[in-house]
Amino acid sequence: MTSPPVSLRERAAAVQAAPTRRRRSPRTAAWLFAGPATALFVAFFAYPLGASLYQSFTARRDGADVWVGLDQYRRLLHDPAFLHSLVNTGLILAVQVPVMIGLALVLAVLLNQSWLRFRAGWRAVFFLPAITTLVAYAVVFQVLLRTDGGLANQFLQALGLDPVDWLNSPTWARISLIGSVTWRWTGYNAVILLAGLHAIGRDQYEAAALDGAGPVRTYTGVILPQLRPVVLFCVITSTIGTLQLFDENYVLTRGGPGDATLTPVVYLYKVGFQQLDFGYAAAIAWVVVLIIAAVSLLQFRLYGRERRR
Amino acid sequence: MSSTTTAPGRRGRTPLPARLGRAAALAVLALGAVLSLVPFAWMLIASTHSSSELFHSPPPFLPGGDLLRNLVHLQDTIGFGRVLLNSLGIAVVYTALSALLSAMCGYGLAKYRFRGRGLLLGLVLATMMIPLQVLLVPLFQMMASLGWIDSYQAVIVPFLANSFGILLMRQGFLDFPDELLESARIDGSGELRTFYRVVLPCVRPQLGALVIFTFMGQWNSFIWPLLMLNTEDRYTVPVALNTLTGLTHVDYSGLMLGSFLATLPLMVLFLVFQRQFVAGLLGGALKG
Repeated sequence: MTSPPVSLRERAAAVQAAPTRRRRSPRTAAWLFAGPATALFVAFFAYPLGASLYQSFTARRDGADVWVGLDQYRRLLHDPAFLHSLVNTGLILAVQVPVMIGLALVLAVLLNQSWLRFRAGWRAVFFLPAITTLVAYAVVFQVLLRTDGGLANQFLQALGLDPVDWLNSPTWARISLIGSVTWRWTGYNAVILLAGLHAIGRDQYEAAALDGAGPVRTYTGVILPQLRPVVLFCVITSTIGTLQLFDENYVLTRGGPGDATLTPVVYLYKVGFQQLDFGYAAAIAWVVVLIIAAVSLLQFRLYGRERRR
Repeated sequence: MSSTTTAPGRRGRTPLPARLGRAAALAVLALGAVLSLVPFAWMLIASTHSSSELFHSPPPFLPGGDLLRNLVHLQDTIGFGRVLLNSLGIAVVYTALSALLSAMCGYGLAKYRFRGRGLLLGLVLATMMIPLQVLLVPLFQMMASLGWIDSYQAVIVPFLANSFGILLMRQGFLDFPDELLESARIDGSGELRTFYRVVLPCVRPQLGALVIFTFMGQWNSFIWPLLMLNTEDRYTVPVALNTLTGLTHVDYSGLMLGSFLATLPLMVLFLVFQRQFVAGLLGGALKG
């Protein structure tokens, strides 16, 4: 065909084929955009990641790193502190995540009521804990939960109850941790769920109402089933967050008392930066990575299946 | 009698069960709001009293007169003004560079097909699953061998490539019509020029969300600056406040005041940009 190119695409091809203009090939242009970030990822993510994997197979003996194979990983199997940290994480996953997501759902549904005024204001109030600086969060909870004269205990005493050793008894320290994590992240999840509710069309509520469903039936029967992908998204991010839990228990209890609120990531921080046992810290890190990868994979499968529905 | 004839007469009033339901709902919301706000109110009240008054019985419920004294004390002990400037400078530089890199990389991933694209996308996704603490030891050793310890670039550079930002921006660019890019190319606009002039203005909402997110993240960042910065006049706000907690006699009022002031800019930022923030939060969770 020798007729001049007419369609947009053909003209574009003709322009690109023309050797006269100095024009970057698409591949060069692609790396122009993606290159800088890629270089940073390789230097400050891929390289240290590889280094930590290597480190997990070594141990420091007489001032030198020697290859010890899987020894560090074997050590983990018999380390009570590490096993405690796994049990604690399991406990938080089983108790805190469902409670928090449940509360967040209730809040989201209530915030979604059409008669409610100042909705943006309410939403901001519930979201506030999630944007608090970590140190501020730590300070305020330490002051609130102080055994001697803290606000929480003064409140209990005003009700005629015995004061509680919030951060120093193993059971109460766990409860305090679960409570403070819930305080920090419930509103955050509620806001995500609320956005999910907004994405469901008004007509769905009207259709349910026409069928004679009351507000409770409308939500349990029609709206919430459609919200499942968003709920699952919240569950996935909360689960990964719990498996990586560090901030809250590091600043509140340093993992104590004993190992009562120790999580794997706080433990690896202690082993790495306090005991300077880099090989062992790396091994802990990689077990955490594997657990997160396994759990995420499982949940992403569920998520994918949910989306295809 | 059909229900439509009775409906107009009843429209003005809500039936009793519904009103009870609303009252209950408001009560639950109010309780939640109180629980959310009590720590902040306590921070504010505590920062106007002396430390010893905080643990009195009953505790002070109203603001006291020590705010200025606490502020001066905070300035004297940790040089709060300087520390605030450090935090601001680091957060602004980090946010600008990181948002630009995220937008560029997201664009490259969304609009070009090139070898290694799948691998890069995998790398980006992997970073989201790896806890920061895994990298701490090797990154620390890297910074030490570069001689970067106790410098601002050690705080800023290692985390400039931000996977959340890249994915968020990529999501935004995916919706951008290819035809527009083609016609810009035909008009002789270079790839970079097209990006800045044509494409970037169209993803302003995502970019706005990303900027707010990144700024907040850097402002609140604690562990990494704590490991990197050793000199007091280079500290960021969280690191400086943390030094106060380690003392034998903890100045709780000063800490509460500092904590409140550290949180205040983020509160304002959130209130002003609430919409963009929520949009960014979802990060494409709702889109297929």
